[in-house]
Amino acid sequence: MTLRNRWRKTLSYMMLSLTGVCAVLAVAVLFLILGYLFYNGWRSLDWDFLTKLPKPPGERGGGMANAIVGSLQIIFLATLIGLPVGFMAGVYLSEFGGKTFAFLIRYMADLLNGVPSIVIGIFAWTVVVVPLHHFSALAGGLALSLILIPVTARSTEQFLNSVPQTLREGALALGASKWRTIATVVVPAAYRGIATGMILGVARIAGETAPLLFTSLNNQFWSTGFDQPTASLPVMVFTHAIAPYDDWHRQAWAAGLVLLLGVLVANIAARLILSRGISVQR
Amino acid sequence: MATSSVLAAPSPTGARAFLKRLRSGDEVARLITLAFATSILLVTVGLLYELWIGSALARQRFGFGFLTSSAWDPVSERFGALPFIYGTVVTSAVALIIAVPLGLGAAIFLAELAPPRVSSTFTFFIELLAAVPSVIYGLLAIFTLVPLMRTVVEPFLSRTLGFLPIFKGAFYGVGYLTGGVILAIMTLPFIISISREALLEVPTEQREAALALGATRWESTWQVVVPYARLGIFGSIFLALARALGETMAVTMVIGNDPSIRASLFAPGYTIAAIIANEFTEATGEIYLDALVGLGLVLFLLTIVINAVARLLIIATTRRGSTNP
Repeated sequence: MTLRNRWRKTLSYMMLSLTGVCAVLAVAVLFLILGYLFYNGWRSLDWDFLTKLPKPPGERGGGMANAIVGSLQIIFLATLIGLPVGFMAGVYLSEFGGKTFAFLIRYMADLLNGVPSIVIGIFAWTVVVVPLHHFSALAGGLALSLILIPVTARSTEQFLNSVPQTLREGALALGASKWRTIATVVVPAAYRGIATGMILGVARIAGETAPLLFTSLNNQFWSTGFDQPTASLPVMVFTHAIAPYDDWHRQAWAAGLVLLLGVLVANIAARLILSRGISVQR
Repeated sequence: MATSSVLAAPSPTGARAFLKRLRSGDEVARLITLAFATSILLVTVGLLYELWIGSALARQRFGFGFLTSSAWDPVSERFGALPFIYGTVVTSAVALIIAVPLGLGAAIFLAELAPPRVSSTFTFFIELLAAVPSVIYGLLAIFTLVPLMRTVVEPFLSRTLGFLPIFKGAFYGVGYLTGGVILAIMTLPFIISISREALLEVPTEQREAALALGATRWESTWQVVVPYARLGIFGSIFLALARALGETMAVTMVIGNDPSIRASLFAPGYTIAAIIANEFTEATGEIYLDALVGLGLVLFLLTIVINAVARLLIIATTRRGSTNP
C-alpha cells in the first residue's frame, strides 16, 4: 500500500517535471533561433546591404535594397486589398450576420486560412499572371491579400463580439441608426483589438514566401512598377540560402535578420497595443 | 454589386420596412458588408474552380492513376503524384510523432502547473515562435540542422535502431527525417497554444473532484483533465497536421528534392508543396504545368478535409458556437 502510494507520488513528480522540461525545450527553440540568427545576421549586415543592388552570382558585395523596397511594395498592395475587405467582412459577421450564412462565411474564412500558401500562389498565378502575361508585384500583392482577408475578418469579428451589448443598446436608444451605432460606438470601442489583429495579419504575410515564388517572382534590379517582377526579402532569403556561393549565404543571413526583426517588432508592438495578452488566432 | 438579386428577395418585414431601413442607411451598410463577406466565399470557391480547371489535362490523361503512379518524367510527359504524396505524409507523420508528446507536455505544464505569470510569459514566447516566417526556419535548418543530422543524429539512430528499415542507409543530412524535424519545430507552437486553451477550459471542479478522491496531481491531470479536453487537443493536432502538410519553404530547403519512394527516413525525398515551389516556374508544356496544378489540387483537398475536421473538433470543445475557437 505505502509502496504503491510512494510510486504514485514519484510518478506524479516525474511526469509533472517532464512537462516542465517540454515547455522549457519549446521556448529554448525560440532563443536558439533568435540567437543564431542574430549572431550570423549581425556579422553580415552592413550599410551596403541596405542601400545597394544585388551583384551577379559569384561576385562579392552588393546588397538587397531593391528587395526591401519590393517587399514593402507588395505588402502595401496586399494591405490595400486585404485589410478593408477583411474588416468589412468582420463587421458583417459580428453585426449583421444571421445564423446560417454567417456560419458558412466563418467556416469558409477558416478554411481559406488553412489553405497552404503555395496553393494561394497557384491561384494568384492563374488569375493575374496568366491573363497579364507577366509576373508582377500586383499578383504577389493579391496572393498575400488572400491570406490577409480571412485573418483580418476573423480577428475583427472576434473583437467586435467582445464589445458589450449594452453599448449598442445605449446608442440605439438615443435614436442612432444601426450603421451609425456601429461606426461611432462599436468599432471605436474595439479599435485596439482590431488594430492588433491587423498588425498581426500584416506581420504574418510579410514573411510569406511560397505565394511570391511564381507571382512577383524576383528581380535583380529596381522594379519599375507594380506590373513588373519584383524582388522581395523572403524570396531573396530562399534563393540566396540554396545557392552555392558563400557571399550569398552571408547575405541570406542578413536578409533573414532584417525580415525576422520586422516580423517580431510588429508582433511585439501589436501585443503592446492590446496591453493584455491575447492569443493568436490562426 | 449583386444588389438587384438581393433586392428582389423581400425582407421578412415587408417591402415598406425594407425601404425605410434603406433610407436610414442600415440596409445599405448591411449589403455593403455582405458583399465583402461574400467575397470570402467566392475566393474559396474560385480557388477550387481554378485548380480543377487548371489540372484538366492531367486529369484527363492520367485519371486516378495520377494518384498511384510513381513516375515523374517531364521529358516523356509521364507524371504521377505518389512519391510526393508519400513524402508529404511521411514528413508530416515524423513531425507529429515528435511534436505531439512535446507539445502536449508543454501545454499541460502551462495550463496546470505553471504560475499565471510564468505561463503567460511562456505563452508569449511560444506565440512569437509561431510568427517566425517559414523561410527563416529553412535558412536555419540548412546551415545548422542538416549538418547536425548528418554527423550526429542519423549515425546515432543507425547505431541504436539500425535494425529497423526506416533507419538504414547512407546519411545525407537532407531527407524525410530532417524535413519532419523542422516541421515538428514549426507545428509545436500551434499544438501548445490551442491545447493549452482547451485545458484551461476544463472546469476546476473536475480537478478538485479527482484530487478529493485521492488522486495524485498527475493522475488528476492525465486521467481527468486531459480526457475532458480531448476534443480540443485532437483539434490542435489536426490543425498542426494541416499546417505540416501544406508547409512549403522550410521543407523545400531540406527535403533533398528526389522524386522517389524510399523506406529509409535518411533518404532524400520530395513533398507536394516542395515540387510545386521548385518546378512551377520552370514547367514547360501544358501537361507538365497541369500536372503541377493537379498536385496543388491534391494538396488543397487534403488540407481542406483535415482543417474542416480540426475546426469542427475545436468548435465542439468550446461549445460556444464558432465565434471563439
